[in-house]
Amino acid sequence: MATTSETKKAPSGFFAKVIHHSTEVESPASKIYVYEAPVRFWHWMNALCIVALVVTGYLIGKPLPSIGGEASDHFLFGNIRLIHFAAGQLLIVLLVYRIVWAFFGNEHSHQLFLPPFWSRKWWGEVWHEVRWYSFLEKTPKKYIGHNPLAQLAMFTVFLLPLLNLVATGGALYAEGEGIDSYWYMAFGWVFSVYGDSFNVHTVHRLSMWVIVCFTMIHTYLAIREDIMSRQSLVSTMISGWRYFKDDKE
Amino acid sequence: MASNESFYDVFRQQGISRRSFNKFCSITAASLGLGPAFAPRIAHAMETKRRTPVIWLNGLECTCCSESFIRSSHPLVSDMVLSMLSLDYSEVLMAAAGHQAEAALQETLRDNYGEYILAVEGNPPLNEDGMFCIVGGRPFLEQLQEMAAGAKAVIAWGSCASNGCVQAAKPNPTQATPIHKVIRDKPIIKIPGCPPIAEVMTGVVTYMLTFGEIPPLDRLGRPKMFYGQRIHDKCYRRPHFDAGQFAEAWDDENSRKGYCLYKMGCRGPTTYNACSTVRWNDGVSFPIQSGHGCIGCSEENFWDNGPFYERLAKINTPFFVESDADRIGLGAVAVVGTAIAAHTAASALQRARSNSNAAKSE
Repeated sequence: MATTSETKKAPSGFFAKVIHHSTEVESPASKIYVYEAPVRFWHWMNALCIVALVVTGYLIGKPLPSIGGEASDHFLFGNIRLIHFAAGQLLIVLLVYRIVWAFFGNEHSHQLFLPPFWSRKWWGEVWHEVRWYSFLEKTPKKYIGHNPLAQLAMFTVFLLPLLNLVATGGALYAEGEGIDSYWYMAFGWVFSVYGDSFNVHTVHRLSMWVIVCFTMIHTYLAIREDIMSRQSLVSTMISGWRYFKDDKE
Repeated sequence: MASNESFYDVFRQQGISRRSFNKFCSITAASLGLGPAFAPRIAHAMETKRRTPVIWLNGLECTCCSESFIRSSHPLVSDMVLSMLSLDYSEVLMAAAGHQAEAALQETLRDNYGEYILAVEGNPPLNEDGMFCIVGGRPFLEQLQEMAAGAKAVIAWGSCASNGCVQAAKPNPTQATPIHKVIRDKPIIKIPGCPPIAEVMTGVVTYMLTFGEIPPLDRLGRPKMFYGQRIHDKCYRRPHFDAGQFAEAWDDENSRKGYCLYKMGCRGPTTYNACSTVRWNDGVSFPIQSGHGCIGCSEENFWDNGPFYERLAKINTPFFVESDADRIGLGAVAVVGTAIAAHTAASALQRARSNSNAAKSE
C-alpha cells in the first residue's frame, strides 16, 4: 500500500450529474467513501422489508395448514397479512426516500436509477464483465460504484420488478381499502394495465419470484466479488468505504 | 304497445293498491341504499314519468340473464317490473313472433328514436361476417348496431355482453366480442355475472327510471352500488379467513364446519359482485354459503383464469404447457441455485489454479 488518501466525497449539488456513467477507476486511492449513510440505511431496511414481504407473501398465496377452534380466538392469517401490508407500506416510504436522496446524494446515489443505455462504451464494459464472470477475463476492472453489468442487473431485475411490485401491491391493497379510497385513486390505473384483479395477483406473484432470484444472485456475487475481485463489496455496504486490494492499474 | 302512460297508471290498471305501490317504493329505496327520504321521490317519479321503452336484444348467450331477471323479488315480481318498463321487444318474453316481432322493433326505432334503453343480452360474433349468430335473417351484429344508433343508453346484461364470457374464452373460434367494443358512441352500463343477480338487474333499471340518468359507474363501467366491493369483503366466512381456518378438501371436517374456501380456489377475493350481500333467489343463499367456492363469473376472463379449484391461475408457457406462478418461480429459483453452485465450484477451481500458478512463479 503506497498511498492511502482518504477522499470523502461531499454530496454533489442539486441535480448535479444526474446522468452518471459507471466510472472505471484510473488510479484509485486504496480507500474511497462510496455509499453514504442514507443509501446504506435504505439498503438494509429495504432488504429487511423484502425478506418480510417474501415470507408473508408466499404464505398469503399458499396458506399454512388450517387451524381449528373458534374463529374469534384467532387472527393468524390476519396477522400475516398485517405484516405484509405494513412492510409493503414501509418499503414504499423507503423507496420514495431513496428516490429523493438520489437528487441530493453523491454521484453513486443515482447510479441505480439511470443506467447509460445510450453509451457504447458502457455496453462494452458490460460485455467485459460478462466475460469476467464466464472466466474469460483474467483480471476484473476496478469500479468505485457498481460495475456496468451490476448496474444493468440492478435496474432491470431489481428496480423494475420492485416498481412493478409496488404498483400491483398498491392496487391489491386499494381493493381492500375500497374503490373510493385514496389508495384506489393512486393505484386504480394498474387494473387498466393488467386487467382484472386475478391477473394483477398473478403478476404480483411472478414479480416476487424475480426479486427472489435477484436476491440469490445478488448475495452470491457480493460475497464472490469480495473474495475474487480487487475491491471490497459486503463491508462497503456496511461502512460506506470501498477498499482496493492492490494499487495496480 | 303504447308508451305514454305513467307507471302508476299501469299499476292501478293491474289492480295494485295505493298501499302496495307505496310499499314497493319504500322497498326499492331501501334496496338501492337510498334511505327513506327517497321513497316519496320514487313514488313521484312513478306517477309522473312515462314508461321508458326498452328493447331487449339477445345475441350469443344462454338466456340465463332473462331467467334470472324474471325471478326478481325486490322490486316485487316479474310482471310488475315488466309493467314499469314498456318492454317493446324481447324475444324471450314477447307474445309476438316472426314478422310481427320485427315490426315491433322497427316501430320503436321510428317512434322513440333517441329515447329508448337498449338492453343487450349476449354478444355478437365477428368472425365469418357475423354468421355465427343470425337473428331475423341477418347477422346479430347488424341488428345490434342499428338499434344502438337510436338508444339513449345501453345496458350490457351479463358477462356475455360485458366481458365475452364462455364463447369468448380461448381460443374464441367465433370471435365473440363484448358489446363495448362494437358500440363506442353510447353510454354502456355493464352488469356482469353469469347470470347477474335478479335484484341487481331490476335495481339498476329502477335507478335509471327514478333519476333519469345512469347510476355512478366504476372504472370498468359497472354500477358502484352493486359492484363496488368484492364478494370477499362482505363474505360471512371472512372471520375464518382472518383466523387462518381453511377447508383443505371438499369432504374434510373443515369444509363441514364452514371454514373459508380460499385454499379450494374460491374467487371471492378477486370478484366484484353483490352475491354476499344481496344473495340469490330472494336472499336464500349464494355459492359460498352452499359450500362451493366462487368461480368469479362476473370477472373478465374468468374462464381463462382457471382452474376454478386452485388458488393460482394456470399460465401457459413455451416450456411447461400448464404451469402456475409458483411452479415457474420455484423452477427459476432451482435453476438459479444450480447455476450459483456450479459457478461457485468453477470460481474455487480457478482461484486454486491461479494460486498454485502464483506459488510456482515465485
